[in-house]
Amino acid sequence: MAKNKTIDFQALLDKAHSDFPMYQALDKDGNVVNEALVPDLTDDELVELMTRMVWSRVLDQRSTALNRQGRLGFFAPTAGQEASQLASHFAFEKEDVLLPGYRDVPQLIQHGLPLTQAFLWSRGHAAGNYYAEDLKALPPQIIIGAQYVQAAGVALGLKMRKKPNVVFTYTGDGGSSQGDFYEGINFAGAYKANAVFFIQNNGFAISTPRDKQTAAVTLAQKAVSAGIPGIQVDGMDPLAMYTVTKMARDWSIAGNGPVLIEAITYRYGAHTLSGDDPTRYRSKEMDDEWVAKDPLIRFRAYLEAKGLWNEEKENEVIENTKEEIKVAIAEADKQPKQKVSDFLKSMFEVQPQNIKEQIEFYEAKESK
Amino acid sequence: MAQMTMIQAITDALACELAADENVVMFGEDVGKNGGVFRATEGLQEKFGEERVFDTPLAESGIGGLAFGLALEGYRPVPEIQFFGFVFETMDEVVAQMARTRYRMGGTRNLPITIRSPFGGGVHTPELHSDNLEGLIAQSPGIRVVIPSNPYDAKGLLIASIRSNDPVVFLEHMKLYRSFRDEVPEESYVVPLDKAGITREGKDVSIITYGAMVRESIKAAEVLEKENIDVEIIDLRTVAPLDLETILASVEKTGRVVVVQEAQKQAGVGAQVAAEIAERSILSLEAPIGRIAAPDTIFPFGQAEGAWLPNAKDIEDKVREIANF
Repeated sequence: MAKNKTIDFQALLDKAHSDFPMYQALDKDGNVVNEALVPDLTDDELVELMTRMVWSRVLDQRSTALNRQGRLGFFAPTAGQEASQLASHFAFEKEDVLLPGYRDVPQLIQHGLPLTQAFLWSRGHAAGNYYAEDLKALPPQIIIGAQYVQAAGVALGLKMRKKPNVVFTYTGDGGSSQGDFYEGINFAGAYKANAVFFIQNNGFAISTPRDKQTAAVTLAQKAVSAGIPGIQVDGMDPLAMYTVTKMARDWSIAGNGPVLIEAITYRYGAHTLSGDDPTRYRSKEMDDEWVAKDPLIRFRAYLEAKGLWNEEKENEVIENTKEEIKVAIAEADKQPKQKVSDFLKSMFEVQPQNIKEQIEFYEAKESK
Repeated sequence: MAQMTMIQAITDALACELAADENVVMFGEDVGKNGGVFRATEGLQEKFGEERVFDTPLAESGIGGLAFGLALEGYRPVPEIQFFGFVFETMDEVVAQMARTRYRMGGTRNLPITIRSPFGGGVHTPELHSDNLEGLIAQSPGIRVVIPSNPYDAKGLLIASIRSNDPVVFLEHMKLYRSFRDEVPEESYVVPLDKAGITREGKDVSIITYGAMVRESIKAAEVLEKENIDVEIIDLRTVAPLDLETILASVEKTGRVVVVQEAQKQAGVGAQVAAEIAERSILSLEAPIGRIAAPDTIFPFGQAEGAWLPNAKDIEDKVREIANF
């Protein structure tokens, strides 16, 4: 029995949890707390990043309103995650491949998906998913985790083609419990492939709090199981999100394999607008605490101190975005109704007998 | 021409396509240096390199995702699932991802993936190796299920599957791998997808079947011939979607039909075949549609396969019953 005492399990556990500090560049008031994480961005680029974050906040507000009016369908709120979503995306190139989850529509639009198509996707119209050939992305993935194993395949493809690009994919805290999450990072690790994996840890998977998902103290440490670097970042901090993502991208493209990034963030809204009521599982105090950490507040303060941002500028972005949304919704309204015969035609490149027969049947029906 | 077993014909098809198209890549558990657990990929890594034929971690869903992602990057992946009983681990990637991507993206993307996988009874495997699960995929719109019954078809159908821009599940019956040889051309050729084959012409009763049951049906037909029952055998080859033209032409000629599968009666594609015949050709029928299938239990323990698997004798009895109805 005495022999067993040579293994100090508590020490092993402490060690497993020890090496994942949270990286932060800006505190909640916009003060630089870690100069090394302040990115080398021009003034114009800083303004562009802020513009995108404000754009995303307005898009979230307007999408919620349009959903309530019945003018949009499925919508997963994004407010609170602007740094996590837009600043990480800001570190990527157009030729990088984006495999988004269902909450990652803002990145998809910034990557090149026309806003009208994003709205059509929300409504459940196929035209929302007709992707131009040069749009290196897939539609938002509904099966949580599937984007991770697919990302491993894209990553290997990029490596085999010797492209100076990565695939980047996002899931949530709940998604880190899926088998495909582990398989995805493990495959990409085994092939040392070009990928950056994100966990946007917003504290809840619908109503289930983060600590019900796993005994792991961070989600970043799950990278250890794949033998790849894992890093935890303040997901409310645009500068840290950008810098860490950029470094991860560079590291992966250099042939070192994938990186897992856990962004600590929050969603102010409901899980989705399909009937979820966050007051059942979240307190007002908790919401208030995170509103104080708002990425827009701290980035606004940081840019204002540099003389790069003011209320007038912000209002201009807000008005432009509202106008852009109005135009996109009007455009979406003009989309022709979907036809079953079109669905049938898109099933296969070479149509089998049953499909041909059904096309004939539905075309006759549709021409009446 | 050469005499080849089905497994040799498969290896030959894979080699043809690796040579013909640099985007063809093969991967799975132990398909590289080891040449596959059945030697289906023997020598391919040596000849074409580790970038073209490679091993994966042991995770079927990851393999499915790998195929999906590589296809997005312009490759033509030919992944292997070591035994089709393990498909449950990757059902999402196969039926919820690969099968629906073309549709969900309005035809703006193709996923030219061919999933190879062995299955089928009669070789006393351990659990969940031999299960006939083709019906699960057959019920999933957007993906073809191809099952060859002989070496010649195996090579031609596999080449056609790999060249198809639509995804295919290509199922290889383990009992057929080495049980007989066939004349197989050494050059590339294609046996068209979506087209059933007429294995044997006859005028009295049509047998509609696929996989290992084609051989059993041939044996039954030879016995029945001596009793003056002239059997026509239709080998579906692509079991989903079905080649109704060939099926119905045969049924309308003979007026009598027996549908034969190795899968359990509630599984497989036999019920779909029977329903189509009943819907479209009932006035040609002179007897009910006969069906041969395995009992609706879990696939049997190894020693019970003989009692459980449908065979030539079961087919003979059913054809006699339908012929004399």
